[in-house]
Amino acid sequence: MSLRPDLALIAAHIPAGARVLDIGCGDGALMAALRAKGCDARGMELDPAGVGACVAQGLSVIQGDADTDLAFYPDASFDVAILSQTLQTTKRPDRVLEELLRIGRRGFVSFPNFAHWRVRVSLLWEGRMPVTRLLPVAWYETPNIHHLTVSDFRDLVSERGIGVEDAWFLSGDARIGAWAANWRAEHAVFQLALPRG
Amino acid sequence: MPQGPIPTTSAVLDLAQPLPLDGGQSLENARIAYETYGRLNPARDNAILICHATTGDQHVASPHPITGKPGWWARTVGPGLPIDTDRFFVICANVIGGCMGSTGPASIAPDGAPYGMRFPVITIRDMVRGHVALLDHLGIARLYAVVGGSMGGMQAMSLAVNWPEMAGRVLVLAATAAMPAQNIAFQEVGRQAIMADPAWQGGAYYGTGQEPHAGLSVARMSAHVTYLSEATLSEKFGRRLQDRAAKSFGFDADFQVESYLRYQGAAFTGRFDANAYLYITRAMSYFDLAEDQGADDHGTALAAAFAGSRARWCVVSFDTDWLYPTAESRKIVHALTAAGAAVSFVELAAPFGHDSFLLDVPALDQVIAGFLA
Repeated sequence: MSLRPDLALIAAHIPAGARVLDIGCGDGALMAALRAKGCDARGMELDPAGVGACVAQGLSVIQGDADTDLAFYPDASFDVAILSQTLQTTKRPDRVLEELLRIGRRGFVSFPNFAHWRVRVSLLWEGRMPVTRLLPVAWYETPNIHHLTVSDFRDLVSERGIGVEDAWFLSGDARIGAWAANWRAEHAVFQLALPRG
Repeated sequence: MPQGPIPTTSAVLDLAQPLPLDGGQSLENARIAYETYGRLNPARDNAILICHATTGDQHVASPHPITGKPGWWARTVGPGLPIDTDRFFVICANVIGGCMGSTGPASIAPDGAPYGMRFPVITIRDMVRGHVALLDHLGIARLYAVVGGSMGGMQAMSLAVNWPEMAGRVLVLAATAAMPAQNIAFQEVGRQAIMADPAWQGGAYYGTGQEPHAGLSVARMSAHVTYLSEATLSEKFGRRLQDRAAKSFGFDADFQVESYLRYQGAAFTGRFDANAYLYITRAMSYFDLAEDQGADDHGTALAAAFAGSRARWCVVSFDTDWLYPTAESRKIVHALTAAGAAVSFVELAAPFGHDSFLLDVPALDQVIAGFLA
């Protein structure tokens, strides 16, 4: 089973043996890959079917809500905390991001870029909320309630004093360069950390 | 799938040492009645202790000796089932204070007469002390897993907290870390029903030819309602009348639900001792896993109780369980999270209320099998 490209990117940048919290872990695909490389991976997932699938694989996953249930994790209790395709589904993405970096010494965040040119074309020419490969659900039933763009995200982390250690951009399933990423990237992955000290 | 009776070993352990109790007394000549299924492997590391619920017993997967009905978890425990007896050595013991062979209020005290209300008030941890004594006897230093629903879940948590080296995995179904007021209240109703029955005789009814069946039956009826869901009751009975075309304008069991409850209450008196019901529900009411921790905030105290747990935990609740609702499981999960324990939690959708952990919930089977894999 091949890992979703953003998850494969994240997995490749997590050291073996790390303690990892995957917030919004879905069916546990990333956790299973991390476990295979010796990580102690824990997860949180809102959908009970996803939790069931994880537990059935022997993964430790809590059914919970990123907006409310992260508060119970101690500070710096994980080497890495991950929000893959989850930030845009939360009620308060800014607070969830702060929690991410309170719990994890390092954070990975991946999200669909709402400023991708296809989204812009859809809005500009059709005047309608886009339905794309990465945003496949109509506006009224999408779980993505806080759409954001690469530039929005860069603004938020800079405003909150969060350091960007690395960033990767995807178009289709392929890596692309950072040049004009806010137009060209369908999907972005950021590696974050709070400044030390 | 439920199958025929599986190979079972029934046994009784007479404890050589008095069993110390939380109340300060100790139990002399205590006896633990238990059953085992499957084989203990040479490494002695494949044992699963199943802890039974309030009115359960050690007959987890063998026919009940009085009712002849299949064991209370025969759908879950057996060859190829979620708790696979081809792989695991499964142990289930009747709790002390019970009435299926372990020492309880109906047992004979050292003075030759039944204990009755002279039996010491016991706690969930005392029940677990009995289990630990049994495990010592069986030569099991560490369980592959300890498993329980409802009061069984309380025992499983108590074992994991008080004997942390003994629990490899802890599976807690439809339980609570501290008995909520609503549950204490329902249990008090049940106990008062028993004690209000003149046949109870201050608990000294053994050998008098009279037993508090009416009181115990009412206790069971009120408790039984709390195990079900409104949806189950509506679907099963609605407002349908029992064997009659019209209301009787009397106090017969006009409604099917009344008839059903009366039957459940009466059937219960045939297999359960009223004093045992008093003692076991008392132990549940007293249960607070965090009470020894001293922190003001219960969540903090509970996290302290779980601190250092190296077991893997799995906590399951059911969306229609209003007796041990999901909020209670979440408190356990939040405290385990704060303690850094490896915990899984899921609220499963199931229509059967608190009893869901005993019934046909395929998602539960998958969680149990996956967690024990």
